[in-house]
Amino acid sequence: MSHRSPLLPLLFALVCIGIALYPLVGDAFYVRLAAKIVVLGILAMSLDLLVGFAGLVSMGHAAFSGAAAYVVAALINKAGVTDLPTLLAASLATAGVTALAIGWISVRTSGIYLIMITLALGQMVFFFFHDVSFWGGADGVNLDAKPVLAIAGIELIDLSDRTVFYYVALACLVGTFVLLSVVLQSPFGQVLRGVRINEGRTRALGHDVQRYKLAAFVLAGLIAGLAGFLEVARSGFVSPAHLGWHESATVLIVVILGGMGTLVGPVIGAFALVFLEDWAAELTDHWKLIVGLFVIAVVLFLPNGLVGPLARSGGREGLGKALARLWNAPARLFGRTPAKRRDDLPQESAGDA
Amino acid sequence: MDVGAYYLIQILNGVQYGFLLFLVASGLTLVFGIMGIVNLAHGAFYMIGAYLAFWLDAVTGNFFLALALGVPISVLLGLVVERIGFTHLYRRDHLYQVLFTFGLILVLGEVRSILWGNDVHGVDVPPLLSGSITLTDTQVYPVYRLFVSLACVVMAVALGGVIRYTRLGMMIRASASNREMVQVLGLDVNRLFMVVFGLGVGLAAFAGMIASPVNSLHPSMGDEILIVSFVVVVIGGVGSIVGAFWAAMLIGLADTFGAVFLPEAAGVVVYALMAMVLVWRPRGLFAG
Amino acid sequence: MPETILETRDLSRRFGGLRAVSAVSLAFERGVVHAILGPNGAGKTTLINMLSGDLPPTDGKILFEGADVTGLPVHVRARRGIGRSYQKTNILPELTCLENCWLGAQARLPGWLNMVRPARRYRDVQARAERALGLCGLEARAGTQAATLSHGEMRQLEIGMMLATEPRLLLLDEPLAGMGVEESWRVIDLLKTLARDHTLILIEHDMDAVFSIAQRITVMVNGCELETGTPEQIRTSVAVRDAYLGEELAA
Repeated sequence: MSHRSPLLPLLFALVCIGIALYPLVGDAFYVRLAAKIVVLGILAMSLDLLVGFAGLVSMGHAAFSGAAAYVVAALINKAGVTDLPTLLAASLATAGVTALAIGWISVRTSGIYLIMITLALGQMVFFFFHDVSFWGGADGVNLDAKPVLAIAGIELIDLSDRTVFYYVALACLVGTFVLLSVVLQSPFGQVLRGVRINEGRTRALGHDVQRYKLAAFVLAGLIAGLAGFLEVARSGFVSPAHLGWHESATVLIVVILGGMGTLVGPVIGAFALVFLEDWAAELTDHWKLIVGLFVIAVVLFLPNGLVGPLARSGGREGLGKALARLWNAPARLFGRTPAKRRDDLPQESAGDA
Repeated sequence: MDVGAYYLIQILNGVQYGFLLFLVASGLTLVFGIMGIVNLAHGAFYMIGAYLAFWLDAVTGNFFLALALGVPISVLLGLVVERIGFTHLYRRDHLYQVLFTFGLILVLGEVRSILWGNDVHGVDVPPLLSGSITLTDTQVYPVYRLFVSLACVVMAVALGGVIRYTRLGMMIRASASNREMVQVLGLDVNRLFMVVFGLGVGLAAFAGMIASPVNSLHPSMGDEILIVSFVVVVIGGVGSIVGAFWAAMLIGLADTFGAVFLPEAAGVVVYALMAMVLVWRPRGLFAG
Repeated sequence: MPETILETRDLSRRFGGLRAVSAVSLAFERGVVHAILGPNGAGKTTLINMLSGDLPPTDGKILFEGADVTGLPVHVRARRGIGRSYQKTNILPELTCLENCWLGAQARLPGWLNMVRPARRYRDVQARAERALGLCGLEARAGTQAATLSHGEMRQLEIGMMLATEPRLLLLDEPLAGMGVEESWRVIDLLKTLARDHTLILIEHDMDAVFSIAQRITVMVNGCELETGTPEQIRTSVAVRDAYLGEELAA
């Protein structure tokens, strides 16, 4: 890529600076919205590890983040714990164990079975928090306090502060991005890619794919736990709806919308969906109608997400080409080129017969 | 209180719920087995059926007339959706089918909310079937619930008859075992898919209608039945009608008795059961 | 004294009522190219699938280098040194040729949770993948997307991926399937090269190819072993001629 335009890194840097400085200049409402996007972006990125990179379509992802959020709420409200590292560790442990359990049952299957089983097991977690009265019932619970990081009585990080929260969440997003790009470039990531493209052959080459799939579930679950922790710290509220399958499906939409199999896609998707919901909700009480029609339109007309058509216009001249390069660069760096739809491939790729 | 009669009632309730689940799940598993489509919106058609029954019953004043009108309306709606949307998804990854049907759930849910609001509604039991059977001095069993079971049995037998003895059934069996076979045999796949999808929607809507006097109508009823139907399909083995039947019975009884013995964790029982079955047989009990 | 690398004892596989392979007991010697012949439906691919671990046998035992591997899954057998190629091309079409081989080469890494160091920094893996690619004759195509290869090249890659796992025993299911004459000879030359330091078990329909490279031949009919011997013995065997070769010659 010797002919890469110097414009690209410049633009990228500008966007980054814009995102980083936004809370200092932006309107309070939009800073909150931006924080929401960042948290949803982390959750969607973790799901993309499963869906886009390993080809494991999970419909129970919200169970991981939701369970983490509930444990944070219980620790704060019932045990009075506000120590940030303790709460964070508890979130990660909860989500990780949940992912290990659900993953252990799910990864022995694939395709349609995996979708149905993760959906059903996610609902099991939903009913656990919904039915057992200890967790606060169907209406959810409000946090009595927010997580605080204090050393020797000095408050270093207080997540109830809007700007502080934004930067912490942003740091987590960047951290997740770096972590996943490292993992995906490692031999582990190579095997996950093999699982997605041709699971049977990857196994025949000597890889215990079950184990890799389970590890991917746990890793994705841990990151989802981080997102769950941030979400409950952001909104100060958690309800069973946070771990229902509608939430899982929404995260999946975010991944597809942005472009699965890339790490920037889920963040772009989160951005688009949060703004769409915000706009639609102002327009009408029946905003879900708009979201539903939008989802249908995306599936029918934008199967590769927002990143897809831009990457695909690579052959065209002028602006299209520049844009294509802009989008292609991160896509190439951090994942597969998203222009490839699964059914474009030859029959052999259909996997183990 | 007569303990025997109490348990008899629970068993009857469980079996009736099982039959209802079977109607919904058989449509789900048929549509998957033959068309290769994961239809999350299946529960939404159940809900639409129930609300149509509620509306038509109020308009016509006759529950059975509401049934007779409601089923064709739902099937027609299903076919329109099939033509507009699903035809583009047959060759696509399951992921997109899932998301498309999720979008459909949101749309149908909002349409329902616009037409009928978000309140909980009830449908009166038709006068003809409003009686009860006395089991003991204190225990009675409503006739309508027996009617629900009977109607489901009739539908199940009819479904079995169609699949076993008709030309359509032959096509269904052929394509369930080998999807390419139908094309090889020169059958019209498009029409087969339409019929199967219409059948699935019809079964779901019918189940929603006859269940409406027993259960209340509420916005999330479609989601609830959908997820339990998924559990039924997963336990029975995806694509297997026989599996769907036994799994539906199992789940119907497990759910009913779960509520009796473990009221605090009633919702979890069904899923725990599914998890256990899957640990034992990852592809379900009756997977081919 | 020849050493047995792989041995089957009364190996059987039924599909419902059909006996695809029944009570086959064979010994494969180390360093020998052993071909399995037989008409369609003789159970050759079923046998290979059982040897590789893709299909569990209904009865019998498989011993690899003296150890019972009957119950081991396919990935464990691959790590023990049994490589296989498929009759129907089974590659990862989205990836480049080198990446395809890479995935095989990586199976030799100790441990599996290698999540930190970038894959391209594993020089030994890189070397194995490149060596395999060179062996199968696709050196020049290292960066080419596998989906864009010609049929013959895909078959070569199929073998290259297997070689990247550095197996001692190669199970080759019709490596010449669907190839033109020239491509065939290229692959036959490759097999001859491989035969120098590997044990090969080969299913192939191309008689010329089989008789030009095999040192031992087993003829299967209806799931049973009919005869095993040197190419000369098989060529002159009356039983084989009656059951199979005659058919072939008459056709």
